[in-house]
Amino acid sequence: MASSHTIVRVSGVTKTFRMGRHEVQALRGVDLEIKAGEYISIMGPSGSGKSTLFNMIGGLDKPTEGKVFIDEVDIAQLDAYELAWLRNRKIGYIFQTFNLIQVMTALENVTLPMTFGGMSQDDAVEKGIELLKLVGLEGRHNHKPQELSGGQQQRVAVARSLANSPAIILADEPTGNLDLSTGAEIIELLRVLSAERGVTIITATHDYKMLNVSDRVIWIVDGRIDRIENRADLDIQVGEIKREEARA
Amino acid sequence: MAKTDILDKKPGDAGIRKQIVLPFRKSLQISLQSLRVRFFRNCVTVMTLVLAVAFLAFVLISSDLATGILNSNMPGCRMMLSKAGFDLPEGATSVGSSAKDRWIVILSLLVCTVGIVNAQLMSVTERFREIGTMKCLGALDSFVLRLFLLEAAMQGLAGAILGGLLGGLGALLAGLLRFGLAAAMHMPLAQVLASLGLAALVGMALSLIGVFYPALVAARMQPVEAMRAEE
Ligand SMILES: Nc1ncnc2c1ncn2[C@@H]1O[C@H](COP(=O)(O)OP(=O)(O)O)[C@@H](O)[C@H]1O
Ligand SMILES: [Mg+2]
Repeated sequence: MASSHTIVRVSGVTKTFRMGRHEVQALRGVDLEIKAGEYISIMGPSGSGKSTLFNMIGGLDKPTEGKVFIDEVDIAQLDAYELAWLRNRKIGYIFQTFNLIQVMTALENVTLPMTFGGMSQDDAVEKGIELLKLVGLEGRHNHKPQELSGGQQQRVAVARSLANSPAIILADEPTGNLDLSTGAEIIELLRVLSAERGVTIITATHDYKMLNVSDRVIWIVDGRIDRIENRADLDIQVGEIKREEARA
Repeated sequence: MAKTDILDKKPGDAGIRKQIVLPFRKSLQISLQSLRVRFFRNCVTVMTLVLAVAFLAFVLISSDLATGILNSNMPGCRMMLSKAGFDLPEGATSVGSSAKDRWIVILSLLVCTVGIVNAQLMSVTERFREIGTMKCLGALDSFVLRLFLLEAAMQGLAGAILGGLLGGLGALLAGLLRFGLAAAMHMPLAQVLASLGLAALVGMALSLIGVFYPALVAARMQPVEAMRAEE
């Protein structure tokens, strides 16, 4: 990406969960900068803090310490309206469990963020149909989530994440509940979005298929960044990754 | 890529506020949809309301009818009333419901309130994930609250209308059986309507009170808390 300004900056973020007398430190001080248009994979074993970091970057939860900046605005400073606006317009979320609204059809799920964003019903329907076509779900507009396969539901979720043309797409284990080939299709979809629309994509994952499409891979271990690798380094280390995969 | 103008607007900018909306028609549509999907359970919730409203309407209107008879000054009307079981102190100009009746009404309303609160609490908690998801998509707390209140209002309306009809007709029928046509002839219409209105209002209020607190709590949750809470 030509301009490549910093779109996400995470600075000294920690997160402690209190469960009765126990304290769980999910994040132990994370510093991170992500440039606009990058495709980032956050990798790490389960329980390492990926989802927690995902939630902090997405403004879905508050850090215990430290700050998260989106386009250099500290999101802790935003009021409820501005936070809603950020979630609505600037970030698209994709979850492992799809999180579609069960009582709504595929099309209604995709158009809901547009409605929140003030788009007229007709425009929203038109754009929704276009987005469903983009993710390969033509003719499934009126299906409810239960009538769709996991892969199809995740496609709806991808279409929904694009509803208001966000600058950032956050995906938490988007392939975690999908079989290998369906997962690969979703990854390909994200790659195309990143390449053709210049959307910044941040995925938390432990799916090694994601490595091939990522510009950078951030390895998290036990709530800390263990190392950050660029794609160039990755090619050299493919052997090592394969070995780690075998161990895991 | 063009520089994204993320949050260029400064905090407090009125422009941002206008950009997050949920038009009333759309809220109504979503609420109706949610009600339709859980049709059977909503019928049960509404039945609880119907019973509460019907019972209240029955008791109120029965005493309205009796008052009508009393004020008709028909010969023998006092005897008719006390035979029918109404307490009539000397010189009374209206027939109140007996203390026992009042207790039964209050108790039945209490039982209904507990039932309604329970039903609405369940309907909110089982939808935590949906609430969290909506907030991720940019819904304000007030949207969530509005959707639940609309649903509860529609349930309340259905319960109030059905219950009012049932209780009103029941009271009229019982009056006709006890006092014959005199009950209908001397019916104080304004008072009966007021009683119907009161019963319907109580039903509506029960439904809204039941949903308000759980919906408020859910609406105020951080999106992730809401999405996790269900698991
Ligand atoms: N709400 C929570 N309450 C308590 N502990 C939590 C909560 N969320 C996450 N954790 C803990 O924080 C750690 C990191 O969790 P998470 O971010 O979900 O990891 P990952 O997504 O990498 O699997 C885990 O030890 C998990 O048990
Ligand atoms: Mg996770």
